[in-house]
Amino acid sequence: MTALLKVQGLTKAYPGVVANDDVSFEIAEGEVHALLGENGAGKSTLVKMIYGLVTPDAGHMTLRGAPYAPAEPRAARAAGVAMVFQHFSLFDALSVAENIALGMENPPPLRQLAQQIRSVSETYGLPLAPDRLVGDLSAGERQRVEILRCLLQDPRLLIMDEPTSVLTPQEVQILFATLRKLAAEGTAILYISHKLEEIRTLCDRATILRRGRVVDSCNPREKTAAELAEMMVGTRLATPQRTDRPAGDVVLQVTSLDRPSPNPFGTSLRNISFSLRAGEVLGIGGVAGNGQDELLAALSGEAPARSDAVLLKGQPIGALGPSQRRRIAVLAAPEERLGHAAAPDMSLTENALLTAAIREGLAARGFLKWPAARAFAERVIETFDVRTPGPGNAARSLSGGNLQKFVIGREVLQRPEVLVVNQPTWGVDASAAAAIRQALLDLTAEGTAVIVISQDLDELMEISDRFAALNEGRLSPPRPTAGLTLEEIGLMMGGAHDMEVADVDR
Amino acid sequence: MDLSAINPVVLTASLMVAATPILLAALGELVVEKSGVLNLGVEGMMITGAICGFATAVETGSPTLGFLAAMAGGAALSMVFGVLTQFLMSNQVATGLALTLFGLGLSALLGQGYVGVKPPATDRLDLGPLADIPVLGRILFSHDLVVYVSLALVAGIWAVLRFTRAGLILRAVGENHDAAHALGYKVVRIRLMAIAFGGAMAGLGGAYLSLVRVPQWTEGMTAGAGWIALAIVVFASWRAGRVLLGAYLFGGVVVLQLNLQAAGVAVPVELLSASPYLVTILVLVVMSADRGRAALNAPACLGRVFHASS
Repeated sequence: MTALLKVQGLTKAYPGVVANDDVSFEIAEGEVHALLGENGAGKSTLVKMIYGLVTPDAGHMTLRGAPYAPAEPRAARAAGVAMVFQHFSLFDALSVAENIALGMENPPPLRQLAQQIRSVSETYGLPLAPDRLVGDLSAGERQRVEILRCLLQDPRLLIMDEPTSVLTPQEVQILFATLRKLAAEGTAILYISHKLEEIRTLCDRATILRRGRVVDSCNPREKTAAELAEMMVGTRLATPQRTDRPAGDVVLQVTSLDRPSPNPFGTSLRNISFSLRAGEVLGIGGVAGNGQDELLAALSGEAPARSDAVLLKGQPIGALGPSQRRRIAVLAAPEERLGHAAAPDMSLTENALLTAAIREGLAARGFLKWPAARAFAERVIETFDVRTPGPGNAARSLSGGNLQKFVIGREVLQRPEVLVVNQPTWGVDASAAAAIRQALLDLTAEGTAVIVISQDLDELMEISDRFAALNEGRLSPPRPTAGLTLEEIGLMMGGAHDMEVADVDR
Repeated sequence: MDLSAINPVVLTASLMVAATPILLAALGELVVEKSGVLNLGVEGMMITGAICGFATAVETGSPTLGFLAAMAGGAALSMVFGVLTQFLMSNQVATGLALTLFGLGLSALLGQGYVGVKPPATDRLDLGPLADIPVLGRILFSHDLVVYVSLALVAGIWAVLRFTRAGLILRAVGENHDAAHALGYKVVRIRLMAIAFGGAMAGLGGAYLSLVRVPQWTEGMTAGAGWIALAIVVFASWRAGRVLLGAYLFGGVVVLQLNLQAAGVAVPVELLSASPYLVTILVLVVMSADRGRAALNAPACLGRVFHASS
């Protein structure tokens, strides 16, 4: 195989950090190449340089033997490099065809483009109606829009940044079939993911980045996931340990919880029932947008429900608001870190006060106890290894993973009886994620009942005792995690969304 | 009271004249907002355009040069807003309000020597036999060029936004600036061009006020027209056709209430004077009551600061 893209000595420094330091690697034609690394290892900066969004400080690239230095994404696309973004690159209020036209250099008239979209989408098993509004599409369908946008330009190199984080297992299979077909046709694929198992099944080669440097490369098929994780982190990763203990009494009982969605694009909760025992982790999976946020809101008290729909040790608490629930040790940490779990422009101390004032006694008679609040924030920072200069820093200034450790730690240290977390390790690197999962498991050892809502199935399999899936606002009956296969989980999650027609001709 | 003195033909014809300044300013603001920028300085740009156009027309004797100077003046003032919000990342609402205050003050200063001066007359466009058609000729074919330009702009802006690539890119920038940036579109440059266009349109609208509609210069003569233009854009749910409707509705009620006042209707003058504002907003609120659809048309990034950090 000949090298399609050669990257030599790429370096990019931002004030205070070197994002990429002398990075070199090559991608062959038709190769599926994985880029592995923790958050902040420099993966995104590297692909942004390849895609022309960021100009390197030093180093050079060659594409098919010719020097390649794209000044802007337009130049990269013209040279045959296309990129599927993790987020931020679709326009909700525009149609599928308009979205695709925006990503092309010289789009044909819309009607002709719609024809092309239909034919290409059928060839690759990604059915899509060109005139639908992107805002109405499911996550899997949105990703198809992105992929099609790239495919219509006949790319030589396709960069994919965390493409599977929003897909069901079945959708992932379809995506992989598409990518394999593309690779067989000679398109090289640069694949970024945290999910090591996926990389092992899909990729031919992997380049591993740590703190901006290439530390290793390997054939991921010959390595175990644990070995890959070690290469990424540089040290042995502790898998969360759980102590086997008999489940306690039922703490939380939810019966026929219904809640119509307050906004037209939300999901209504329908007839949700489950019970939760002390010391147990209930994992709730499902594709994003199937009622996760709404369920968290109903359990945290943000969206009060019928009083007897939620029982805490037999006491009705369904109608209580968040503060009243905090007082009786029912705590929650929502998914969106900036703006929901934390106020971005307030300091960590202030953010600690916002949820812990009641349980930690950080306010008295309407006055704030600053020293106590600061001490509590420092305790969270200390216990959860939050990397920040101090509790006076604004929440916004922390990286996603560090802020996530802070918002989870803040709840964990309040000694909850019931803790509900949504996407506890979203966008968090492997070692921090392991730390967060361990903290949740440690809580259960003390008898706390934990509900983990997540889209990361591996995570749910790792830490939960029982698993249930949310699908269009309905919750499947929880099943013990042990012995559950991926296929069964996929079916619980409602199977593939509109994927029946997706038949890749092989 | 003598309602028979009100001639519907003359009323309709003068309605178009009364609505044109607001129509022009609102069309400009429509384009600006579609690119995701909220410029509250329309009033300031209008009145700056009004004095720039007035002064130039008086000095050169040419209304055409006056209109061009008004566009240049409005655009120049809008660039103050553009630089502050797009490069220095200032808050758009505060900057827009400041721009209005600045424009009112600046125009008063520039207009010192022009109070009570009579500007050269703006000729009506000679449409020959068309103007002789009874009723229609008086209503439709006896105006000056700017009225027809404003109508052409309604159709033009609608078509550009809907059918052209430039319009698609403009909408995309207003919808999601991060995504547009990731695809390689120059968000700041596109927005600056939109802001300049909005400024030029507001300036033209202002000059139409001082050169044709009134025609003379007095301090603060825009009297809230810029604010009405802003309101019309929102209530028209960012559609050019509805902006036309809103502006003409406003113009119509303005002319009607003046006529009613002249006819001596037994309604307090204050209420009559306020009626154009009330009626326009009321009608547009009713029309945009379908929230879901109106929201769909609203630029999602309206008023948000774009920082190309990633």
